[in-house]
Amino acid sequence: MNGGFSRLGGLLRKESLQIWRDPSALAIAFVLPTMLLLIFGYGVSLDARNVQIALVVQHPGPVASSFTAGFAHSPFFRPRRFLAIQDAEAAMAAGDVQGIVWLQSDFARLALGPGNAPIGVIVNGVDANDARIIEGYVQQVWANWLVARAAVAGGALPLSVQPRVRFNAAVSSRNYLVPGLIAVIMTLTGALLTALVIAREWERGTMEAVMVTRVTMRELLLAKLLPYFVLGMGGMAGSVAIAVFLFGVPLQGSVWVLTAASALFLLAALGMGLLISSFARNQFVAGQIAIITTFLPAFILSGFVFDLNSMPTPVQIITHVVAARYFVAILQSVFLAGNVWSVILPNAAALALMAVVFLGLARVIARKRLD
Amino acid sequence: MSATTDPAPALRMEAVRRGFRIGRRDVVALDGVSAVAAAGAVTGLIGPDGAGKTTLMRLIAGLLRLDAGRIEVLGVDVARDPLTVQGRIGYMPQRFGLYEDLTVRENLDLYADLQGVARADRTERYQELMHMTGLGPFTERMAGRLSGGMKQKLGLACTLVRPPELLLLDEPTVGVDPVSRRELWGIIDHLTRNAHMTVLFSTAYLDEAERCDAVLLIHEGRLLGHGMPGSFTAEMAGRGFSAAAPGIGRRRLQAVLADVPGVIDAVIQGSAVRVVTATPGPPDPAVLAPSLPGLTLVATPPRFEDSFVARLRARGGVSAAAKVMATAASPAQPRAPGDVIVVDHLTRRFGAFVAVNDVSFRVGRGEIFGLLGANGAGKSTTFRMLCGLLPVTEGSLRVAGFDLRTAAATARGRIGYMAQKFSLYGDLSVRQNLRFFSSAYRLTGARQRARLDWAVAEFDLAPILDATARDLPLGFKQRLALACALMHEPDILFLDEPTSGVDPLARREFWRRINILAEGGVTVLVTTHFMEEAEYCDQLVIMAQGAVLTAGAPEAIKAGVRTPDRPDPTMEDAFIAVIEAAASAPAIAA
Repeated sequence: MNGGFSRLGGLLRKESLQIWRDPSALAIAFVLPTMLLLIFGYGVSLDARNVQIALVVQHPGPVASSFTAGFAHSPFFRPRRFLAIQDAEAAMAAGDVQGIVWLQSDFARLALGPGNAPIGVIVNGVDANDARIIEGYVQQVWANWLVARAAVAGGALPLSVQPRVRFNAAVSSRNYLVPGLIAVIMTLTGALLTALVIAREWERGTMEAVMVTRVTMRELLLAKLLPYFVLGMGGMAGSVAIAVFLFGVPLQGSVWVLTAASALFLLAALGMGLLISSFARNQFVAGQIAIITTFLPAFILSGFVFDLNSMPTPVQIITHVVAARYFVAILQSVFLAGNVWSVILPNAAALALMAVVFLGLARVIARKRLD
Repeated sequence: MSATTDPAPALRMEAVRRGFRIGRRDVVALDGVSAVAAAGAVTGLIGPDGAGKTTLMRLIAGLLRLDAGRIEVLGVDVARDPLTVQGRIGYMPQRFGLYEDLTVRENLDLYADLQGVARADRTERYQELMHMTGLGPFTERMAGRLSGGMKQKLGLACTLVRPPELLLLDEPTVGVDPVSRRELWGIIDHLTRNAHMTVLFSTAYLDEAERCDAVLLIHEGRLLGHGMPGSFTAEMAGRGFSAAAPGIGRRRLQAVLADVPGVIDAVIQGSAVRVVTATPGPPDPAVLAPSLPGLTLVATPPRFEDSFVARLRARGGVSAAAKVMATAASPAQPRAPGDVIVVDHLTRRFGAFVAVNDVSFRVGRGEIFGLLGANGAGKSTTFRMLCGLLPVTEGSLRVAGFDLRTAAATARGRIGYMAQKFSLYGDLSVRQNLRFFSSAYRLTGARQRARLDWAVAEFDLAPILDATARDLPLGFKQRLALACALMHEPDILFLDEPTSGVDPLARREFWRRINILAEGGVTVLVTTHFMEEAEYCDQLVIMAQGAVLTAGAPEAIKAGVRTPDRPDPTMEDAFIAVIEAAASAPAIAA
């Protein structure tokens, strides 16, 4: 390692100067995560709110009104009234309403008498997720109405349901999405940072000149890894700050656990970037590969939106090579549940293994040669 | 090269072979190259683009693996111990290897760190290098904001921070202005004479051979010749003549002489035609060309290029030049007087940067007009404005009476344009390229078929019609690009750096075609940084830093710089003299 420190020092100094002068690296580390978080944080929500719903009351009356009032007062629904079921169906076909609640003409009579009052519920099933949520909400309104009626009648239902939600007390999907989103975003920025800056050196011919010195491949890789690790951790801190202070996501676990897990994850992501850069020699290709091999799998196969357990087994197996999967699990735990070691430790071990594999592969594949 | 002065060469190559896989094809870049480079000397690695120069440089630097053979640098086998070799040599790749967002000083610091120069020694070494390169006043400037010549010198300084035992320079003079080129050669001479450094210098400029102590001439991956530059020219002694005949234009004369058996080369030089014969000894003009009464032949000294041409011809490299059309490619327009291209006080700014500064010139019908200058002189910007691709900031221009930026498509249809690097569709075949470009110029039906047939016959494309354009040798690409530009029989032809890097035979063939087109009344506007290409022009302007330094016929420009101790200046001498005169002239009030 004769002179190695001087060489590494020189490369690190050069890299820092470039980061400082060239806005693109800073943009990838800070602006890109912020933009994505804002867009996704505000734009993506799995909660159904203000759902347009058609109320078809064929025979208005006090009983029907007391039932429909439950919809009018709900934060989830924007009811629109129709007199004929045909009109409501036309509105649903046009996409103006997402569901129809149909109180038939004999509703009041049957509701007051014995037997079942006929309530038709038709839900637009194009978006299966929304459909299920609407269905659930309608049932809730209905249950509330039954409870209220039972109280008026002086009786009581034989059982009472008291739902209590653990780990995301506000049942806000944002609280659950934002931590996962951080993992997805950091996957992209981590891989992009290293892949792009090395591809840039190939493009500009500087790599070729640097290689014909005594510098070793290990020094070259370290000189790329260290500065962008620092930068990536900065971006990570920024994202966490946005999550906590802007979106109000609770941070139940410890900051130190979060930092350590992020460091492991970032090493894996940067290692992936280094690996990409060993075969992508221009920025365009490097960017494309980074997006296809890191961002998309992280988005789809990390469990950040789509539940891993409901995927077919072959796909579930594939998800094990997606680093974001482990990080999403850790982040959701640290943010929403606290330091749950039974979740954190195995996932952290998986991240450490992936970091070792990616960095090791990058080191083995990287040659001080152009072919 | 006498082996007695230095028994241990700095570089020894034995049967070096290296191929690449391009798409589905295997290409042999170097095939059986064996040579040595003497220590303490400048060895020139000379050949056209695609000859294998860069591959050889990279093999020597340990950046590529050998397929077969052996390379020994300073006694070390590169394949076995590349790191040791890399620690002892200096290598400047084609784009100089500079970090453009670092200052001159920071670039030097980086390379000093990488090459292990002790901090205590740096100040002195930097001073030496800055003095040698003249970069002293610019140490705090970003490398990206230096001129091409200054970047080249900074790249050199970076490789010299720790004096290497062998210095590899890969085409350092491409696109650099002649003044910087001459300064670079001064530095190289200094390094070999005073510091006893060994230099391997690759170039596509054949005239640089004479500056080297030894030359390796390579072409298509094979070593075509090896020896002192004098030995190349000695072979050609007594075979070069300057031909002139009364009552016949130089282009016509050249065309006739090039077809005479026993003449291997005929190029326009000044007002005469330079002829190289197959055998030494003065030929009898009457026997050589009975059709040319009054032909006089005056012996001229041989050049390195003559030897290259002779070797290519000997290898059977009779390109289609021999049968270049006698038929004019274009409708023979009467040589009507009047200017086809008129440029008046043209200025183009990009922000605060003035790319083209108050440029004026006129081009008559059937004239070949040259824009000569180094990279960054403003040639391409001028060109783009003429083609209507870029709006002008100030001034006016007219091409065939139109401003192409606002003219209708019919006006543009009178222009043929051949872009730098040829702008062919690499994935299409030759036939598909021709068909596409003819459709783009709105040729259809029988006319399109006729023009396709014409192009195939005229440019001898039949054997390669189904070849993919990307895989063609450079000379063929150039031929195809010209064919594409001529599909619609334009009467104005724009050529942007048409022959940079092609071999001398391909260049000769190209210019013969252009000459015939010009004879047929086609107006040709050409940009080039090849000084010798300027000889083909009827009129030219020399540009530097966006401004026209001088204008006129090549002979007149050369005559203007004639001095007693330089009775026969070359175009390059003229260029340098003009630039120096402009630099020393009192600054014009801004």
